[in-house]
Amino acid sequence: MLLFVFSSAPAFAGSDDVVVENAWSRASIGTKRPGVAYMTIRNNGDDVLTLGTVSTDLAAISEIHRTSTNDRGVSSMARVADLEITPNGTIALEPGGLHLMLMRLQRPMVEGESYVLSLDFGDHGRVVVRVPILGFTSRGPGN
Amino acid sequence: MTRAKPLAYGAGLFVVLSLTLFVGWWQVDGPGAREPRGQRPMALFAMDFSLIDHDGNAVGPDTMMGNASLVFFGFTYCPDVCPATLIHITGWLEEIENRSRRLNAIFITVDPERDTPEVLAEYVTNFHPAIRGWTGSPDQIRRAAEGFRASFEKVSTGSDGYLMNHTASVFLFTSDGRFISTIDAHEPKEFAIPKILRALESDQNQK
Repeated sequence: MLLFVFSSAPAFAGSDDVVVENAWSRASIGTKRPGVAYMTIRNNGDDVLTLGTVSTDLAAISEIHRTSTNDRGVSSMARVADLEITPNGTIALEPGGLHLMLMRLQRPMVEGESYVLSLDFGDHGRVVVRVPILGFTSRGPGN
Repeated sequence: MTRAKPLAYGAGLFVVLSLTLFVGWWQVDGPGAREPRGQRPMALFAMDFSLIDHDGNAVGPDTMMGNASLVFFGFTYCPDVCPATLIHITGWLEEIENRSRRLNAIFITVDPERDTPEVLAEYVTNFHPAIRGWTGSPDQIRRAAEGFRASFEKVSTGSDGYLMNHTASVFLFTSDGRFISTIDAHEPKEFAIPKILRALESDQNQK
């Protein structure tokens, strides 16, 4: 099942079970540094959803990462191989926590532009969202 | 005796309560409080390191003296927490500016290999103009981090290169270089601003 959702609006519908909302990226400075994408993913279904691979032609490698800070105040990032979302649960990818890391950018991420991101939920299908690129110092949609 | 006993109990209870409160205070706010971020940073005047800023000027702990300072560590290839911290700091600086007060804001890179002065300049200038990026030799960066009791570590991300784990707290100093407190990278403005004002007020008390 491949579901395409193209819209310039900040919120997107997904398959019946998956709702991806408030997706956004921060503009990049050139292509040397990794880019980032944030969104909320809601599971309206009865099964646990697992987000496996994420892909976009914008970046050669796209991974789900989690920033965590230990009790000594040291921040680190670790790859999250499978992101599980419980039935009726919502997972927020937001600054300082879970995020999509877009590595080896193929082109600069320019404020005002957008790109297509494909989220693979295995048996529950693939959700394709258009992600708007906000300013470099943006805190997110509506800020 | 029958009347003295409840009194004794009362007094005992009072002592126990007072002790409990005192111990609580000692451990949470008092001198016994555990430093939330490991050891306490040194005073700026006790530090010794020399770096260069994003305009190529020689800088060091002395450069910060005279104004209260926010100091934090990061790297410009950091996609998530560093921009978020810089955005928070920009908000704090604007708030402080509205009160007509001045503050240094220093971003010290833990990735001098990639963060040359030019690379830092193209990055930090996107945020508040008061924010200065500092870099230098790996040895001097290590010396600086030691002074702030900050830590960092290079982590390989496979073929794609590396990331840096690093202390994400923001260190706050008075204009005469005394360490006053840390602000967490994501601390709400309602908590961060009073801490900064406390550093600024502490300056006035000293003069």
